[in-house]
Amino acid sequence: MTNTRPDPDALLQKLQSEEQREHRGRLKLFLGASAGVGKTYAMLSEAQQLLNRKVDVVIGVIETHGRAETERVSTGLPVIGQRPVEYRGVTLRELDIDAVLARRPSLVLVDELAHTNVPGSRHIKRWQDVDELLEAGISVYSALNIQHMESLNDVVAQITGVQVKETVPDAFVQKADEIELIDISPDELRERLREGKVYVPTQVDVALEGFFRKGNLIALRELALRTAADQVDTQMQLYRKDEGIRALWATRQRVLVCIAPNRLGGKVVRAAARIGKTVHSEMVALYVESDRQARRSDEERARAEEALRLAEEMGIETSRRTAHDIVGEILAFAASKNVSLIVVGKPIKQRWKEILHGSVVDELVRRSGDINVYVISDDAQDGPTRRRLPKLTPNTQDNPIDYVVSVTACIVATGLSALIYAHLPDANVVMLYLLGIALASYRTGIRPALACSILSVACYDFFFVKPRFQFSVSDAAYLPTFMVMLGAGLLIATLTQRLKAEANHSVARERRTSALYEVTRAMAKSRGRQEIADAAADRIRDDFHLDVAVMTPNERGRLTPLARSRSHFENDHTEWPVAQWAFDNGKLAGTTTDTLPSAKGFYIPLISGTTSQGVLGVKPLVEGEALDPSLQTLMQTFASGLAVALERAQLARESHRARLEAESEKLRNALLSSVSHDIRSPLTAIAGAASSLLEHRGDADVLAETIYKESQRLNRHVRNLLDMTRLESGTVKPNLDWNNVEELVGGALARSESVLSDHPIETELPPDLPLIRVDGPLIEQALVNLLENAGRHTPPGTHVLVAARIEGRNLALRVIDNGPGISEEIASHIFDKFESFDPTRQGFGLGLPIVRAILRIHEGEAKLEARTPGATFLLLIPLSNNPPEVPIV
Amino acid sequence: MSKVKLLIIEDERPIRSFIKASLRDDEFDIKEAVNAADGMALVATWNPEVVLLDLGLPDKDGLEVTQLLREWTQVPIIVISARGQEQDKIDALDAGADDYLTKPFSLGELMARVRVSLRHRQNASKPDEPVFEAGTLKIDFASRRVWKGQEEVHLTPIEYKLLSVLARNAGRVVTHKQLLHEVWGPAYTTESQYLRVYSAQLRHKIELDPARPKLITTEAGVGYRLKVD
Repeated sequence: MTNTRPDPDALLQKLQSEEQREHRGRLKLFLGASAGVGKTYAMLSEAQQLLNRKVDVVIGVIETHGRAETERVSTGLPVIGQRPVEYRGVTLRELDIDAVLARRPSLVLVDELAHTNVPGSRHIKRWQDVDELLEAGISVYSALNIQHMESLNDVVAQITGVQVKETVPDAFVQKADEIELIDISPDELRERLREGKVYVPTQVDVALEGFFRKGNLIALRELALRTAADQVDTQMQLYRKDEGIRALWATRQRVLVCIAPNRLGGKVVRAAARIGKTVHSEMVALYVESDRQARRSDEERARAEEALRLAEEMGIETSRRTAHDIVGEILAFAASKNVSLIVVGKPIKQRWKEILHGSVVDELVRRSGDINVYVISDDAQDGPTRRRLPKLTPNTQDNPIDYVVSVTACIVATGLSALIYAHLPDANVVMLYLLGIALASYRTGIRPALACSILSVACYDFFFVKPRFQFSVSDAAYLPTFMVMLGAGLLIATLTQRLKAEANHSVARERRTSALYEVTRAMAKSRGRQEIADAAADRIRDDFHLDVAVMTPNERGRLTPLARSRSHFENDHTEWPVAQWAFDNGKLAGTTTDTLPSAKGFYIPLISGTTSQGVLGVKPLVEGEALDPSLQTLMQTFASGLAVALERAQLARESHRARLEAESEKLRNALLSSVSHDIRSPLTAIAGAASSLLEHRGDADVLAETIYKESQRLNRHVRNLLDMTRLESGTVKPNLDWNNVEELVGGALARSESVLSDHPIETELPPDLPLIRVDGPLIEQALVNLLENAGRHTPPGTHVLVAARIEGRNLALRVIDNGPGISEEIASHIFDKFESFDPTRQGFGLGLPIVRAILRIHEGEAKLEARTPGATFLLLIPLSNNPPEVPIV
Repeated sequence: MSKVKLLIIEDERPIRSFIKASLRDDEFDIKEAVNAADGMALVATWNPEVVLLDLGLPDKDGLEVTQLLREWTQVPIIVISARGQEQDKIDALDAGADDYLTKPFSLGELMARVRVSLRHRQNASKPDEPVFEAGTLKIDFASRRVWKGQEEVHLTPIEYKLLSVLARNAGRVVTHKQLLHEVWGPAYTTESQYLRVYSAQLRHKIELDPARPKLITTEAGVGYRLKVD
């Protein structure tokens, strides 16, 4: 069934790209087949027209190559001065990207898109500068020759014999909103060249015979035309996709690029990109690392990473896997991604190696089933790397001690052999030597082990083969023995070395994995952003021996350090902007990247979902040491974990704040309703009674008493509100002084007398109670609140007991009644504010919260100890360590 | 009997009118001042017998007014404080104010304070009474003997001194600082623990129920008062 409805993914993509386009500047490229076709001229002419139409256009970089007509057409256009850069004693000039960003023109002209910046610039390539300008919303006009396009790099090299180093990723070119092809015929171009309009005349002859051969120009022109046509086609397709006419490819079949760790990687990626574009398929790139990776040298792995990076730059989705069965993994991946075509490179191997190891490519072709396999062959016969012999052990350094060990193994084998030689057959001697070789290779490196093999053969010959103590051999039958012994020795040495390397590799990998796990766990356990960042910084420093900084943005988006391990490298005025750049652009920056690679640190933006949490910066602890490339990938993995953890903490903090706000909102509402009810009702009674009195109606005594009682009640409410506000504001510092418990109880009883008039009161105050260091009036108030509660919420006649005694390091003050008790439901939030359980609404429900607040500022505690039968409220007041001495006179 | 000249220094009109309306015309001659400056001028020109001084005046704080008045007059000063002015109140008492009232207060409380103050003023000119009696308590100053009902109680010298200071100021609040100064001496004015211990001992000797004292009452955070009926 054909689905003509727009694919939701595609719709989303369209929305996103439109959104991006909205604040992204527009890019127009002037594309030419070669130098001299007039790209710069065309660009400047158009700029002049725009200037006439009052468009804010400026020149960022223009290369006139001394061409008079080009210079003429640039007059009158405002120019942003280029930035001088010192490099190896020469002052070079580069696009001043910060000046352009500060100036913010609508349009800037930046010539030579493929230009490579002087080392020490912000980006390696000029197209990255342009990208940043576009990102900042500034439109750019730029010029590009066809041979500088990444995917055409190889093709152009084949045509012209010149490998161009300066390339622009196809994906970037494709992002151009408009491409204008500047086309002149090859003959015309050669004519212009001859007239000296392109290069200074002295170079003309060389150029005409070399790059500007007619055949070259025709081929390049065709490429340029085709690229421009492709671009038009793509725009057409995009238009159709936008319009939802139909899906671009019904089944969304993909082209899979398999990247092998050989030097073909780049070529395969470029070729696949071309294929993908022609068949309008999505691309995926895959690198499968064998779990026998010990055999892979760092160099090989770096090559694979380079090819993957190239693929990413071309906008191809990449994936890295580890598997034992490489072909099986490739096919499984292909099946999951609906791949219809696999592109692989086939390096030329020595035939015997292919027979020995088998070929991944052959196996892939055999097992691929109905998936097509496109094999890119290795046609460069004379690459310098091919000649190099495969290194057996790339990473072991010979140690003189190792040779001593090898020789010793050999001597010991010889000695033991001498002991058994007379009694046992020859074969045993050979075995002893092989054992010696095996031990030597286990303990030492490859070269000492090989030395041991050769020495063993020599010793065997010299000491045990007749004629003995001579190197000459009487029986030719021993020659195969020597060969086999040497061969076996070499094999043992090589295999043992490989095993060792594999073991080391897996140990190293294991260590890193566990370190990563440790970091993740440390972060998961941490609460709060600071703690997470600290945990991360500590673990990275300890486990990976890196200097770390975690930087997060302040309200103005400037990075500030949240945690760091040792140095303050993020405060380094040369490093800090690199981190800031990484944060602002959401891209990697610093050493080993394309942006500001001269920086000491490697900066990874902490991106989680759509938010950027900050930047993780790492640099080797030892100044000047290079960062291990394998650590970078690990740090990136780690950075995404850190980003998620930081975001989680941020969300937690925000939700906590929201909850607090909701709670305070609830309190505010409760307060308002309380105030409106509890203040208005006594006021109503007072006003009513007073008006009756004024009119001389009713019983004056009753009315006066009402006024008096209600005003007392009002006074109590206001006092409670004031107390609560003061206590909650946190400004109340207890006015600590030595106080007598009996006196505090007495004061409280006196003050609550009127409420407790119908309640028999008892006290249990031991005579030996020490003085307590408290704020007397506050503790008295707490007691008054408890007593008044008891008086108000229990029926008349209920006994109330105030008891004090020492319990541990506290003074325990209890107010106990034998009333009906408190229901469980009420008991659970009896200390909450505005929870008045009194049906007659005698107060704000602030009495107990005030008690709790008072005890809290004394570092004590207030609780409902028992709720039935009868309520027991307990106040725990910490006792002072050093009660004062009072001389008794 | 001549009328008592009473000056109210208070900026709140409702409070002034409540006091004026409550006190009987035949007993009191009342003048009002709405700020400290007018009030002090009236003290000098009119020579009142009792001054009610609000601590929350717009032009000067109560402590300063008390200090200025005490420079030249012994007229009884009763300060009127609101919540939140506890320290001002204590400072004013330490500076020589006779007593205090906390808003809101009843007419009964006001009258009690005024009477005690007047009595002390009258007594100031006469020699001390040799015998003091309040409720079940009886003190013979000449023989330094104390009785609780019929039973004589034996007090230590400090206890006796403490009790006699309270008795001489009977009905009036005596601040912690004043008590410490009078009983132990000027060097002890911050050693409140002395006061806590001795007041407790004293209560145990003269009160019926020391946990619910009827004679020596505590004014939380301010001081003590020996009650007279």
